[in-house]
Amino acid sequence: MEEMRGKAQPAKEEISAGKDFPTEADFRQALELRHTKPVQEKISAARVAICGLGGLGSNIAIALARCGIGGLHLIDFDRVDLSNLNRQQYGIAQLGQPKPEALTEVLRAVNPWLPVRTDFARLTEENVLAYLQGEPYICEAFDSPEAKAMLTNAVLTHCPEKYLVGASGMAGLGESNRIQTRRILPHYYLCGDGVSGTETCGSLVAPRVMLCAAHQANKILEIIVKGE
Amino acid sequence: MVKINGEDVAAQGRTLADYLVQEGYALTRIAVECNGQIVPKAEYAAKVLADGDVLEVVSFVGGG
Repeated sequence: MEEMRGKAQPAKEEISAGKDFPTEADFRQALELRHTKPVQEKISAARVAICGLGGLGSNIAIALARCGIGGLHLIDFDRVDLSNLNRQQYGIAQLGQPKPEALTEVLRAVNPWLPVRTDFARLTEENVLAYLQGEPYICEAFDSPEAKAMLTNAVLTHCPEKYLVGASGMAGLGESNRIQTRRILPHYYLCGDGVSGTETCGSLVAPRVMLCAAHQANKILEIIVKGE
Repeated sequence: MVKINGEDVAAQGRTLADYLVQEGYALTRIAVECNGQIVPKAEYAAKVLADGDVLEVVSFVGGG
């Protein structure tokens, strides 16, 4: 597990063009102007764990990074593959890279100061609670239904105080308005249409996966800002 | 009657495990809440459904 704090470096083009690279304070101020100061204070104080960095997780991470989230904990065991680029927020130059590391690069291009913790690891029933210790906000963004069930059961059974926002059912095309956010338990929300799995509905396609990821990111932010 | 995923089912007196297996649920792909609380997987076999219980069986499908 690695703890990484952003080291902001002006891009070379910026230096050669003689432009002023914004400071962390400039970045924060721009967010406060957009979101208001009281809202931004809550977002900037929160850290979110994202379990699975595919079509859901990579899009959730970018949405939260743009909002100025206080920190992200990125967890995935996989490496970037050509077959991921149809929907996941990686670049072709990142093929073969561990997803937590590759996504950190993408996020840092948006927000160089974002504190990121990365774990290039597969979560299991035995280790999931240790990895998620100290994480009050969790996004379940796995691909496999067994992994989704494992994480959901573990967190809800052993850590009911944590907020968990998961997803199920976002394969295929169209039917945007069937993607929903449902409150299953006081601290557990489930996004998706609940039925469109890759087993029966074919491939995952960028816009529909992004819709579901946006539901998850939107709900996590709402919990952070409004308390539920 | 037991309300399961919004439908009234005459499942009172049966164990949760018995109901789930008979309905064809894959136990590795679900989470179950009963009356607003998660039912730990280890308790499925011993959990007897009672009249008036309200359950939700969340069945996960692939994709993410």
